[in-house]
Amino acid sequence: MATTTVKTETFVGKRIRRREDPRLITGTATYVEDVQMPGMHYAVILRSPHAAARIRSIDTKQAVAAPGVVCVFTGKDIKGVGAVPCGIAMPDLRVPPHTILATDRVYFVGHPIAVVVARDRYLARDAADLIEVDYQVLPAVADPEKALAKVVKQRIVSQRLVPMAMETRGVVAEWHGADRQLNLYTSTQIPHLVRTLVAGMLGLEENRMRVIAPEVGGGFGSKLNVYAEEALTGYVSMKIQKPVKWIESRRENFTCTIHGRGHVDFYEIAAKRDGTILGIKLKLIQDVGAYHQLLTPLIPQLSVLMMPGLYNTQNIRADIVGVFTNCVPTDAYRGAGRPEATHGIERMVDMLAAELQMDPAEIRLKNFVTKDKFPYPTATGLVYDSGDYATPLKKALDLVGYHKLRQEQADARKQSKYMGIGISTYGEICAIGPSPATPAGGWESATVKIEPSGKVTIMTGACPHGQGEETTFAQIAADELGVGLDDILVLRGDTAVVQYGIGTFGSRATAVGGSALYYALQDLKAKIKKFGAMLLESEDVTLTGGKVICNKTGNSKSLQEIAGATYRALKLPPNTEPGLMATRFWEPPNFTFPFGAHIVVTDIDGETGQIKIRRYVAVDDCGNILNPLIVDGQVHGGVAQGLGQALWEQAVYDDNGQLITGELMDYAVPRSHMMPWIESHHTCTPSPVNPLGVKGVGEAGTIGCSPAVVNSVVDALSPLGVRHIDMPLTPEKIWKLLATKN
Amino acid sequence: MDITLTINGKSYSQDVEPRLLLIHFVRDVAGLTGTHMGCETSLCGACTVELNGKAIKSCTMFAVQAKGADIVTVEGLASDGKLDPMQEAFWNEHGLQCGFCTPGMIMASKQILDRNPAPTEDEIRHGLEGNVCRCTGYQHIVNAVKAAAAGAGK
Ligand code: FES
Ligand code: FES
Repeated sequence: MATTTVKTETFVGKRIRRREDPRLITGTATYVEDVQMPGMHYAVILRSPHAAARIRSIDTKQAVAAPGVVCVFTGKDIKGVGAVPCGIAMPDLRVPPHTILATDRVYFVGHPIAVVVARDRYLARDAADLIEVDYQVLPAVADPEKALAKVVKQRIVSQRLVPMAMETRGVVAEWHGADRQLNLYTSTQIPHLVRTLVAGMLGLEENRMRVIAPEVGGGFGSKLNVYAEEALTGYVSMKIQKPVKWIESRRENFTCTIHGRGHVDFYEIAAKRDGTILGIKLKLIQDVGAYHQLLTPLIPQLSVLMMPGLYNTQNIRADIVGVFTNCVPTDAYRGAGRPEATHGIERMVDMLAAELQMDPAEIRLKNFVTKDKFPYPTATGLVYDSGDYATPLKKALDLVGYHKLRQEQADARKQSKYMGIGISTYGEICAIGPSPATPAGGWESATVKIEPSGKVTIMTGACPHGQGEETTFAQIAADELGVGLDDILVLRGDTAVVQYGIGTFGSRATAVGGSALYYALQDLKAKIKKFGAMLLESEDVTLTGGKVICNKTGNSKSLQEIAGATYRALKLPPNTEPGLMATRFWEPPNFTFPFGAHIVVTDIDGETGQIKIRRYVAVDDCGNILNPLIVDGQVHGGVAQGLGQALWEQAVYDDNGQLITGELMDYAVPRSHMMPWIESHHTCTPSPVNPLGVKGVGEAGTIGCSPAVVNSVVDALSPLGVRHIDMPLTPEKIWKLLATKN
Repeated sequence: MDITLTINGKSYSQDVEPRLLLIHFVRDVAGLTGTHMGCETSLCGACTVELNGKAIKSCTMFAVQAKGADIVTVEGLASDGKLDPMQEAFWNEHGLQCGFCTPGMIMASKQILDRNPAPTEDEIRHGLEGNVCRCTGYQHIVNAVKAAAAGAGK
């Protein structure tokens, strides 16, 4: 029968509320700690209280005899387990062996020494206290500069930060001895890579290991890693033949999960008198920490790659010096190298403007790579995909009312008031990335199955965890297939369910994983049309609105009818197999390069040094936007972490390598009352490197934020001769500065 | 010690160690894992539940101290498959990303409106001071509380 009603509603680009939320708002989602199994045991790890020490002896007798305790393992016992991997290979890179438990030396506070396993978490903790370790304490190095000769140049610090995902790390391991099968639930951004690497550490066949990242309560790069505890918990389960759970305490999260940033940078910038930038030079000191974790050596390289920023200069020079310290390793934290670079460059451009008495907006507009230059090859070997850098800056200037604000500032200064306007124009490297440029493969995978009933199941290798791809991927598929969002289910995070994938980090899930999905959908659409043409007995058909329609007769077959026919397989189109499923592994031809402009207006209280953010205007260009609600959420969250770095957060180690800011009590994460209202706007320059035209937005807020804030505060205090202040800009620091300058 | 608590209208009796934290009673004894442990030091609010009508942090109270109390957790908010207006508002306004802070955030947000049905943005922000969210930057959470307040006022 002829039918003409087709579904016309589309979803891409709309503010659609998230499909993952019902389980999260009702408290029924399953995070690692919520996994319960019969006979489950609890692991607690004894850790070093010293930053550097020799272990003379470990006495576990009392702990082993304590109530409820099943076993205690120390470094001696785990000899067969492989080292915690560093995924980066470089000539002359020194990679110290990183065993999962310390043997004779400890190198940072929190270094794991022993694991206690008991039938109850309280008893395991009690027993851990009974282990006696005899340490010979050694001198520690906590300050990377103290390990080096002195250099004097313009010094800009990007301080160490604690990623502080709200869910700490945690692992549940379940060994099935008869099957040689290890199931590992772990709070990770990269389940497949964890499987490959942890199976290797444990000497287990990779296909005998299943890694499940259940609900993951935030990562920000801190769960883009392979940790000792993942192998350790697996090892213990294999030894005691019981399920074992280890949940990181918040204190452990501060001392033992990777930190971010940790740069001391020495910048030089050269320019003509008219403000044309000639070149940028950097010596970058990276505080490595005690070991290389998975990507540690890569992070400062990302800073260097991003050094040209948005500016048209082919003269870039950088030297990276990695310094081992007796602190927890640094690695990827939201932005991973790009915030540090952007902070340095955007500070230097402001200093240059001040030196030349130019307006900071004008000097940027003068130096931007112009629209006609794309694709633009940089001195650091990248090719920027597309860009229109002046547009977001001009839009932000308009939105904030820049010229009026400058007048207001001139008046404020006459009354000795401190008001600042700070600009940052940032670029970033996203959609990480082409495989030759990444350590583990930079592609992403997607499988789409259309079930016999016509319902659609997507399996993404990207393992999103809070970024909303269960919704955005459903939007993409719904529009391509012409079905409703409720017809689609997105699965992720389980290596037994999902084909091999890389993971979610580097603002890549939608740009790379979404593109893999797009191409898998194209494969399926072709097959659907073939079956539809066969069923309609016509070559002239169109797939639209969830139906294949014969263009001549108007007759149609629904997706459901066609799906049923592909599985029933009574008749098949020539050279066509039954079933309706497609998998694509998509290799991106390039990174994407989002950009934007953030402007921050501050008022500083001359009495207290308190900084008040009056306006925060963000104009971000992340290419096409699939769901504006989710994009805004990413920008807000990113800005909060950028503001955290700019104003409050700092991981402080004392000279003995003790982490002084080891709890939420003394590490100031942004809270609701500390945050300004963020005015989030966009421009749209689609990326030509993927079919969705998206660029990525997960890290933009963090990258754009900190220099805008510091530039604003320095601008406010510039009448006092202030040229640079290192983060975080605590009231105490500002107050002291005011006291000395006045 | 033998104690009995009511959680979401259901009574739970158990012989517990005096040192058992209330959050562990809720999660392990009652099996209600929607209440999360974010810090164990009363600084993050992920463990917020309602105890005798007041929002409290269940990580800093012993289960025995809650003896006889009437507790509501995030699982107790929706009834007959109908979401609580605050849950609905968090969903509509995208007041969550990873969702880990969300149960505590929703319980704390409900308390704000219980005390003040029409809070200003500032009052909302201060009312949520004790709850950390690392994902959202709070703006959509503020929007959610505003929307829930506006909805309740209708
Ligand atoms: S877990 Fe109770 S306040 Fe953080
Ligand atoms: S949504 Fe992730 S911590 Fe709030």
